[in-house]
Amino acid sequence: MFEMTYRDALNLALKEEMRRDPSVFVLGEDVALYEGSFKVTRGLLAEFGEERVKDTPISENTIIGVSVGAAMGGLRPVAELMTVNFALLAMDQIVNHMAKIRSMFGGQTFLPMTIRMPGGGGSQLGAQHSQSLETYFMHCPGMYVLYPATPADARGLLKSAIRDNNPVIFLEHELLYNSKGEVPEDPEHIIPIGKADVKRLGDHVTIVAYARMTVLALQVAEELAGEGISCEVVDLRSLAPLDEETILESVRKTGRAVVVEECWRTCGLGGEITSRIYEHCFDLLKAPVERVSGLDVPMPYSRKIEKVCIPQPGTIRQAVTKVMTGKY
Amino acid sequence: MEARLRNVLPDQELIRFYEQMFVSREFEERCAEQYTKGHITGFLHLYSGQEAVAVGATAGLHRDDYILSAYREHAQAIVRGVDPKRVMAELFGKATGVCKGKGGSMHLFDPKLNFMGGYAIVGGQFPISVGLAFAARYRGEDRISACFFGDGAVNQGTFHESLNWAQLWQLPVLFICENNYYGIGTEVHRSSALASIHKRTCGYDIPSEKVDGMDVIAVYRAVKYAAEKVRETGRPYFIEATTYRFRGHSMADPAKYRSAAENEMWRARDPLPNYAKGLIEEGIATREALADIEARCRAIVDEAVTFAEESPWPDDGAVWEDIYV
Repeated sequence: MFEMTYRDALNLALKEEMRRDPSVFVLGEDVALYEGSFKVTRGLLAEFGEERVKDTPISENTIIGVSVGAAMGGLRPVAELMTVNFALLAMDQIVNHMAKIRSMFGGQTFLPMTIRMPGGGGSQLGAQHSQSLETYFMHCPGMYVLYPATPADARGLLKSAIRDNNPVIFLEHELLYNSKGEVPEDPEHIIPIGKADVKRLGDHVTIVAYARMTVLALQVAEELAGEGISCEVVDLRSLAPLDEETILESVRKTGRAVVVEECWRTCGLGGEITSRIYEHCFDLLKAPVERVSGLDVPMPYSRKIEKVCIPQPGTIRQAVTKVMTGKY
Repeated sequence: MEARLRNVLPDQELIRFYEQMFVSREFEERCAEQYTKGHITGFLHLYSGQEAVAVGATAGLHRDDYILSAYREHAQAIVRGVDPKRVMAELFGKATGVCKGKGGSMHLFDPKLNFMGGYAIVGGQFPISVGLAFAARYRGEDRISACFFGDGAVNQGTFHESLNWAQLWQLPVLFICENNYYGIGTEVHRSSALASIHKRTCGYDIPSEKVDGMDVIAVYRAVKYAAEKVRETGRPYFIEATTYRFRGHSMADPAKYRSAAENEMWRARDPLPNYAKGLIEEGIATREALADIEARCRAIVDEAVTFAEESPWPDDGAVWEDIYV
């Protein structure tokens, strides 16, 4: 095992996959000479050269369209959108093209491409740079959506995404880039798409979370363990396809669930997961499912009030307490 | 009389242009008939009037070159070689269609013929054609990407982004604007600050020219020259072919925004009879030989309609297929 950061784990995955397959290339704003806004592409230009590590104009829709064409033409593009917020400029190519092409052309082609997008809130970047848009992508069939919480998952999932023959939206949380964790040495250690991971076993309540919310859920679970509450933490990792079975299996065991999402509450993925729990486990539930979500507001800048809008360990703790006791 | 056609290509090739234009026209007119019968539904954008562009341009490209187009693309697909039977079946929504009935009129596709799709979001094909050109260069393949689009597409962001990108990365893309002067009902001078579209490439230093899109030989010569330039330099080139659609934007459009005089003027320039006249005058084909060709084209389209009618519908279970690999 290595200890490395989430950023370095992603960087390693990119390097390993580029060494493994010459059809893999990287493109995006500032990814080559500048080595990426978050330095995830550090060292790539030096090792792989100008044709495989491409700086692009600030043309997000065309970054994705060019990736679609390149994928159709036999390459395996890994595009970086500087942040998930800018994906909104590329939604035409993502939703109308990338996600449709295989189906509307009767399965005659496929798009082995990955779009990396840093995102999430909590860095005081203001309303236009702090969004959690995972649900936007999950809503649309024809592509996968991954969002790792740990360095090991970041590396293993990115490798899966690059090797997969379907389009993959690969989200990275900006506040996790410096987080450290153990990563297996084996370069073939890949994390399958569509498999959630039970990051902590427990008996009393299931906390379903993803990305940075998983990290917070694990902190809360650790604290509550000392108070006699045993939390099981299901880390989704793959938002689409969603590993419904792992979620339901855990809830069937504990009989209680808290679903944590960083995105806005209205039509958020927490609503979808909660609904599936009710559809399949209604009779087994010992308490109503609790949802912890980002507030339905444009993100404010000031750190005092930004915090209010993003789930915190305290809000997760309150929700767990509520499903355990029926009151805060 | 000056020989305009003879020696441009062997006679047989020149005659083939007529056949391709005629089959395209016949196909579209039969589509209109099948639409009114309710056999074709949804959107249907017909190409009648613009045939010289698809036929001349396709002949100026290599078979390995990629072709992409918008949603008025039946003729481009058929001229590239897609079987008219499978195109008609696609329009009927049948399982034997070129995209198994999932694409429809606006989404024809056949990668075996390097026909890389009809796209129905205006301007969506620009960046995809650039990406295909990049893949070709990356893989060391000798092919270029030919991207067809209408005058309405040139005010989309992807147009400017893709022109800039193709020149910046020095990619072999041939942009072919089919300027039929109308984006649905809005005439080009009502939507473009500079209505002379080929001039708009100067901001990206891409060479461009304007060609008479009602003249199949003019289009052929221009595209052949441009495609060779693109191949030779590895850089983009831009052609504006001026043309006219004889019908409305789609079957839902009676085209009342165009005057009778304007229609008449363009009808007089119909690329089919004018080209036929040239072939006969220069002794390349006889009227009888052309009549035989016309009969053969009608038979091909008849056969396509019969095939489409008799083909099975897709199974309901097909909705879950071909989404993921």
